[in-house]
Amino acid sequence: MGQHIITLYDWLAKLSNSDLIAVIVVAVLPLIFLVVYALVAILGELKISAFIQERLGPMRTGPWGIIQPVAEVVKLLQKEDITPEPANKTLFNLAPFLMFTAAYAGFAVIPFSSHFVPAGINLGLFYIFAIGSLAVIGIVMGGWASNNKYSLLGALRSVSQIVSYEIPAAIVILTVVVLANSMNLQVINEKQSGWFWNWFVFGGPGSAWKILVIPFTVVMMLLYLVASLAETNRTPFDIPEGESELVAGYHTEYSGMKFAMFFFAEYANMFIVAALVTILFFGGWNSPFGSFMSGPFWGVFWFIIKSFFFVFVQIWLRWTLPRLRVDQLMGVSWKFMVPIAFVCFFAVGIWVMFM
Amino acid sequence: MDLVTIIFYIFAAVIVISAAVVVFSKNIMYSAFSLLFTFFGVAAVYVLLNADFLALTQILIYIGGILVLIIFGVMLTTKITGVDIKTGITGKFQVGLTAFLAAVFFIVLAIMYSKVQWNVKSAKPLQDTITPIGHSLLTDYILAFEAASVVLLIAIIGAVMIARRKKS
Repeated sequence: MGQHIITLYDWLAKLSNSDLIAVIVVAVLPLIFLVVYALVAILGELKISAFIQERLGPMRTGPWGIIQPVAEVVKLLQKEDITPEPANKTLFNLAPFLMFTAAYAGFAVIPFSSHFVPAGINLGLFYIFAIGSLAVIGIVMGGWASNNKYSLLGALRSVSQIVSYEIPAAIVILTVVVLANSMNLQVINEKQSGWFWNWFVFGGPGSAWKILVIPFTVVMMLLYLVASLAETNRTPFDIPEGESELVAGYHTEYSGMKFAMFFFAEYANMFIVAALVTILFFGGWNSPFGSFMSGPFWGVFWFIIKSFFFVFVQIWLRWTLPRLRVDQLMGVSWKFMVPIAFVCFFAVGIWVMFM
Repeated sequence: MDLVTIIFYIFAAVIVISAAVVVFSKNIMYSAFSLLFTFFGVAAVYVLLNADFLALTQILIYIGGILVLIIFGVMLTTKITGVDIKTGITGKFQVGLTAFLAAVFFIVLAIMYSKVQWNVKSAKPLQDTITPIGHSLLTDYILAFEAASVVLLIAIIGAVMIARRKKS
């Protein structure tokens, strides 16, 4: 980064004269955000599904049922915590926490604003990608330790799906790295500053000739959106928890607070994915209108608005599309998405070379 | 002690304890899952050594790839054969020999550690590791890089050839 920016961390360290306090505040802020966001997202899921299915949704708790998520959380908290007799207790209890840790660890490099990113490392993109593989272990652990055939089958399906869809996602991420010349999410954001036509979905900053590359970047954005849906096990890729076949997949045996942890982890992953789409293709915390409404605080506003839009897209798709069959699922990834991603990578590489 | 030293000792403890579980656990699934914490701790030590790229590669390859493969192997074979795989003591002779060799190796390492004159120099923390790595991979080590990519390509093609449906 060219000029030195006084980040939230620097400001807190100066204010409190202690690095430790600044570290703790910076690390805990995303957690507070995550809890609030999860409540909003649960309400969104309930209300959007109701709207799509022409129902009213929850209406009794509070005006228009807006306190419903709080009621849901309280319900989950006071439910009986059951561990099945034949389950492996240690691993069964460890799995939900591992899942949530993996999901929350991703928040470490998400830049919420030009002045606030918990850890502004140069390898931000690579970090998110690497830490995502921890979730796979959590799923296998939960599925195996439950000692239930549905759980195990769900875990196997989930892992094979995540491993396959990581490949097109990785190629798309590489393409963005080629475009932005950096893996630092903050730098990627800065490259897209200015008006909305500087976003990478519209080919990034450049002359009018970038019209040649726009088709490829748009396709890349769609590919990443699809691959990320598969990685978070959301419909239409939710065969790991397909009710009609597997009861509830790898978290069949979980109840109470431990189920809530899985639930939380899923919502956290949804946000990370939405945030990545925002950062990689839609300018992150940049205002779409040049310097109008831009700045550190407006940055938070724009980032969260854009990310919430993609969370909305995920919920919208969940209630619109039917789920894929198991045998179609791998075919979509390996036979369609990977070749298309390679073509886009090649095209963008050539474009970057000659521009 | 400053924060970094405390963090180092925490992760060192994690590595040692989880590695001990890997070796001494009777249940092979515990060993496999305990390996997760060992790999993770090693990645953390890499970060403290200013090798962040190596740390993330460690997480991606070892946890996301190799560990998943190990767990799948153990899990599927256990369920298919119906025999609970347990690691046990194979024989007194093997155990004795291994313990002896390990002890000798440890003593040699300890003597080396105390005898060698270590030239310790505090390194400048690197701001950017990925750019130098990228530059050297595509200039000085281009041959090794290309050779590795060709080997991986051959491995992928070979895997597809083995896995594809035979025409009968």
